Amino acid sequence: MSTIEKGQVMTANRLRDGEVVFLTRAGTWNEKIDEAAMALEPQATAALTARAAEDEKATVVTGAYLFDAERIDGRVRAIHMRERIRTLGPTVRRDLGKQAEGTAGAFAFQEN
Amino acid sequence: MYRYDEFDHQFVRERTAQFRDQADRRLKGELTEEEFRPLRLMNGLYLQLHAYMLRVAIPYGTLSSRQMRKLAYIAEKWDRGYGHFTTRQNIQYNWIKLEDTADILAALAEVEMHAIQTSGNCIRNVTTDHWAGAAADEISDPRPVGELLRQWSSLHPEFSYLPRKFKIAVTGAPNDRAAVKVHDIGLRLHKNDAGKIGWEVIVGGGQGRTPMIGVTVRDFLPENELVAYIEAIMRVYNLYGRRDNKYKARIKILVHEIGAEKFKSEVETEYARHPQQTTEVEEKELARIAAYFAPPQFEKLSRFAPAFEDAKLKHPEFARWTRNNLAAHKVDGYTIVNISLKPEGGIPGDATADQMRLMADLAERCSNDELRVSHPQNIILPHVKKDDVYSIWQQLGPAGLATANYGLAGDIIACPGMDYCALATARSIPISQAISRKFADLDVQEKIGPVKINISGCINACGHHHVGHIGILGLDKKGEEFYQITLGGSSTESASIGSILGPGFAGHEVADAIEKILETYVKLRQPGEEFLYAYRRLGPNPFKEALYATA
Repeated sequence: MSTIEKGQVMTANRLRDGEVVFLTRAGTWNEKIDEAAMALEPQATAALTARAAEDEKATVVTGAYLFDAERIDGRVRAIHMRERIRTLGPTVRRDLGKQAEGTAGAFAFQEN
Repeated sequence: MYRYDEFDHQFVRERTAQFRDQADRRLKGELTEEEFRPLRLMNGLYLQLHAYMLRVAIPYGTLSSRQMRKLAYIAEKWDRGYGHFTTRQNIQYNWIKLEDTADILAALAEVEMHAIQTSGNCIRNVTTDHWAGAAADEISDPRPVGELLRQWSSLHPEFSYLPRKFKIAVTGAPNDRAAVKVHDIGLRLHKNDAGKIGWEVIVGGGQGRTPMIGVTVRDFLPENELVAYIEAIMRVYNLYGRRDNKYKARIKILVHEIGAEKFKSEVETEYARHPQQTTEVEEKELARIAAYFAPPQFEKLSRFAPAFEDAKLKHPEFARWTRNNLAAHKVDGYTIVNISLKPEGGIPGDATADQMRLMADLAERCSNDELRVSHPQNIILPHVKKDDVYSIWQQLGPAGLATANYGLAGDIIACPGMDYCALATARSIPISQAISRKFADLDVQEKIGPVKINISGCINACGHHHVGHIGILGLDKKGEEFYQITLGGSSTESASIGSILGPGFAGHEVADAIEKILETYVKLRQPGEEFLYAYRRLGPNPFKEALYATA
């Protein structure tokens, strides 16, 4: 049986190259959404927010924000299409972005 | 084409060096993100969905072959091998790294290009007719004035912190291809009864969340008074334009709120004050600039080009392409070649580095070394001998650049949408691809005739959906993408804002809906009546019935 947890993930763009990254449990930033820490309650959200603010102030990331996600059997998926596109790459160029570079999330786009 | 003088060169080089230093300081932590963000935006560097995006200005959409090759080089060296030509006649790169940006700006500076004023609350790239200097219907080439305004507005201290961004479009032809009625200022050159040339000055048009057709503040402004008069408009806007609400800050809101008459009288009062006594400097400068835009040395050719006519007879697909993708040139024996960047199922406005280089080579050999970027996101070779057209077509074909759909249903304008853009509420490109595939048969497209389909992925309307004959706006409804259809928009001299037809559609339903609309039109049109005029005659009801009656 699948277990589904719903929560929030912190994302940003890496400052030097703009790459989309996600905040991990270890407090580092990773290119794969599956490595992301998912905050399930307000305290955890606050911790992610504080960490992101610090790293924005330093020279690590820019444009940090939280988005809604769900974890299914240990893999993380964004709820909204916009965030899914960020975790994979353009839906119209499957040869580009994380989906083409081996850093995509486990949940690829579904064909219409 | 305009060439930089020593001051232009020095200015752009210094600006690049300044940005290199700013980016270094940010990467070392000496500048905070809050401090750095406006600085990178002043150099056209945005943060988008997947990476940084660099928007490069292409003044009035004119490029030399050398410049186009440099754009290809940048796409290959620092991006992913392609670029996106935009509805502002600019180019955007989607996968840029901050640490590379200063090098890219330096590469652009080598070919007299930059990314200054492609963002921010300043006067943006002046746009114009993409057939400028070539079109048969033109009164005078509008680009010298475009260049004059570019120089005047670049880093103009008084107009660098306007209430909001500011867009000027200029046309020198009666058939408006520059959409001057939906810009903050639109300028239309025309002749008065005495045969003198002057400007109709239109203010307060725009799209976005509050679409409006501009109002004429002067019917006939003598050419030499243009800069001084625009200054008066800018001062009135700078003084009275709202700064409390971003969504009410464009000049169109000011014109609407105080009324066209009051706005006009404010401008005339400011203009009568005449802080600047003469227009001698502008006149001299315009004359200096105009020399760069002197027409090429056209050969004396016959209007009838036998080899060209012969090729059309022999090759029906070539004949079709010439029928749709060529436009009348002002000189006999020449033509304007419109290269469609809208292949079946393709991404509107995208071109690979190889495609850019091919188009540059063709321009160098056959079009006086000139290319144009059009706001409908195509590339134009403005000055081509008819006898060269067949050879050009043969070379475009293998590169995927010979689609014969210019101005037809497949020639769709679309913003990058949610596939790339951080502001988008829905995807645009997949909708465009679905429509393009639906009308893949060029016989069907030709039977339908000229129609403009425009798609925007959010209310900011970069895809100009308000002025599409058929406009499609992508929105977010409880987390799902859905699309509103508007009919009856136009950006020409008879400009109009499209009206919403009815309830929206899911993404996979849009192409079918467009097909029903066009089928209805074909059924009800009078002989020779284009879609827009049929809609204006028929009104929305037959189209509503076709779309919603059976639903």
